[in-house]
Amino acid sequence: MAYLELNNICKTYGQGANEMEVLSNINLKIEEGEFVAIVGFTGSGKTTLVNLINGLLAPTSGAVLFKGAPVVDTSHERGVIFQNYSLLPWLTVEQNVLMAVKEAFPEKNKKELKTIVADYVEMVSLTPAMHKRPKELSGGMRQRVAVARALAMKPEMIIMDEPLGALDALTRGNLQDEILNIWGKDKEPLC
Amino acid sequence: MKASITLGKVTNFLGLGFFSTLKNLFTGKLEKEDFKVLLRKTIVPLASIVLFIGLWHLGAKSLYNIEAKFKIEKALKDQGQTAAGALKACIASGESTCQPNTLPSPAQVWESYKSLLRDHHIISADKAAFIEKTAVLNAKRIAAGKAAITYTGRPSFVDQIFRSLQTVFAGFLLALLIAVPLGIFIGLSPTLKSAFNWFIQIFKPVSPVVWYLLVFMIVKTLLIDSNEDSSFTISFISVGFCSMWATLVNTAMGVSTVDKDYINVAKVLKLGTFQKIFKVVLPSSLPLIFTGLKITLSVAWMVLIAIELLAQSPGLGLFVWEEFQNGANDSNAKIIVAMFVIGIIGFLLDRLMLTIQNWVSFDKTDAI
Repeated sequence: MAYLELNNICKTYGQGANEMEVLSNINLKIEEGEFVAIVGFTGSGKTTLVNLINGLLAPTSGAVLFKGAPVVDTSHERGVIFQNYSLLPWLTVEQNVLMAVKEAFPEKNKKELKTIVADYVEMVSLTPAMHKRPKELSGGMRQRVAVARALAMKPEMIIMDEPLGALDALTRGNLQDEILNIWGKDKEPLC
Repeated sequence: MKASITLGKVTNFLGLGFFSTLKNLFTGKLEKEDFKVLLRKTIVPLASIVLFIGLWHLGAKSLYNIEAKFKIEKALKDQGQTAAGALKACIASGESTCQPNTLPSPAQVWESYKSLLRDHHIISADKAAFIEKTAVLNAKRIAAGKAAITYTGRPSFVDQIFRSLQTVFAGFLLALLIAVPLGIFIGLSPTLKSAFNWFIQIFKPVSPVVWYLLVFMIVKTLLIDSNEDSSFTISFISVGFCSMWATLVNTAMGVSTVDKDYINVAKVLKLGTFQKIFKVVLPSSLPLIFTGLKITLSVAWMVLIAIELLAQSPGLGLFVWEEFQNGANDSNAKIIVAMFVIGIIGFLLDRLMLTIQNWVSFDKTDAI
């Protein structure tokens, strides 16, 4: 049994005359510890596929199985990094990551949580920006915060939907290396 | 240096940016660019104010002449030459009994303003003296379980201003406490939205006069046993109901149009319902909620005058109505003073809301 399985996934948007089949008969098996990149043209269904895997969308037919169990909703075990970073603009960097960590580890007390946050923000080299709001950061920094937020929840699998798409070529190159480094440290499957 | 930077930031924050330009002029740090901006922001408004007062004065004078001429001609037709001559002399001498009743000039309005302030000082002094005189007596009455004797003199203009402000804030608070929670529920649940939509659409355009009558009917029956003055209660409840619709609609809209990205974040982090509402939905919709509150406060201030007039609540509305009914020679001027006071207070209330909105909003843009 593979770590993540997609069996005959079909996804259709719209109804009746406006029906549009975006994914048709997708099969995929990912094992633990793998780094998988899915490439395709725009409009080919990459975001749809990613959202099916992380649980934000449900397939029209077929099944998504994670560790053998069907995926019904989102879960802390599958961390997500969005294309638009999706940081909450009224919270600081620390508060954004803290919110994720608090949900993932409800049993820990505030001091432990803050230590975790500090560690992960340090990992993405953004400690000087701990108390800044997203609008005071550049695109690359915001994406690094999103990476920290996803990793801090210690998920079993990280799903990234075109995380470097909104960045310039230089930053993209840097962040690609950083993500590989981080993956090297934690060894979660990246997708 | 640091203090002046902070002062500059504060005045810009309060929407009174030209004060910081003025300050720069005095501290000698004015650049050429800033000087042009200063000209535009201070000299031009000042010039237009002076022009306005000038036009007002000319208009009032010509209206005065029209009214005086009419009166003299009428006296000539009805009572003959001597009466007309006497009237003409009377008007020219500025005798208060025969002045034409028309738009007052700026000078007259300024005189009325000063007389209202003098009147306020006299009444305040009277009130203080009364409280002193009855202090001992009232202490005995309270000890014996009887009600204290209160001052029942007429309220001064400044007292009436305070009464109006109290009423508008009470009404605004009522509107806020009803509209914000209700708006949140309607925005979050399409079922509730369908349930309430007809109600909102029908009651939103109802005139303040009709709201006052509606509230009067209900409150009069509820307070049927009490012989207290219910005019304040009826006023602030009417003001609240009239003005709450803007907040209600804006809150519902703000809550239902939260950016999908933030909802996705809430789903991915698996936030509970309460958490989702208080940590994602509410902060995200605060700008729209505050826009609604700003509109609510300005509507409340506007309908307040009409409602106070109807409810005979001793505020600015009653003041204007009484002066109008009085028809005394300086009543028109007093009404104009009230108009400027109402306008200036409305402007300050709006600035207050803008300041609070800037403080709370996370994108710090100047909303409309």
